[in-house]
Amino acid sequence: MEIFLNILSWACLFSGAFFIFTSAVGILRMPDFFTRLHPAGMTDSLGLPLILIGLLFQSDFGLISLKILILIIFAVTTSATSCHALAKAALVSDIKPEGTIEKKPTKKTASKKATAKKSEGAK
Amino acid sequence: MIVAITISILISMALIIIRAINGPTIYDRILAGNVFGSTTLALIAILSIIVDDAMYIDVALVYALINFVTTIAFLKYFKYRSLGKK
Repeated sequence: MEIFLNILSWACLFSGAFFIFTSAVGILRMPDFFTRLHPAGMTDSLGLPLILIGLLFQSDFGLISLKILILIIFAVTTSATSCHALAKAALVSDIKPEGTIEKKPTKKTASKKATAKKSEGAK
Repeated sequence: MIVAITISILISMALIIIRAINGPTIYDRILAGNVFGSTTLALIAILSIIVDDAMYIDVALVYALINFVTTIAFLKYFKYRSLGKK
């Protein structure tokens, strides 16, 4: 049983390190901000929980494992929240995803663009 | 084995730092800061195995809270240019 738990724990730790490394490479190499959000979410929602689960198998059952569980739940929820906030803020401040097809400016979008340019000028 | 995991996490931290230095927009930099905090969290968790001290889990818990609040505060500051009333 001890050996089985050890093997499971090390498998989780190694796969977590692998996912963190791949997401770092993705953050460096992806072409666009919105594509970079995907590997960034992968670190928080896949790499970090896997490492913490590996830690959970090594620790004794008690207060420590409860703390690790709280940490896992917190990591998963906050990663989704912060990624959504980042994407929303980038969209609002007029960063277009790569390959967007520009529509003909209707009255609404034209006035929006004018106000955006004004606020940029104010900065 | 633990050395390999630590080194791979350190290399990924270096790659994320490169993105934070030459990210074209401010949002790339905020994103890189957020992910760098998460990798630091993983490193602290690994450190608790190396030193064999469960106290580091508490450190990681506080670090996770501060990391989340920092990201949201940076976003709000760069969007509205102030942290108080809009």
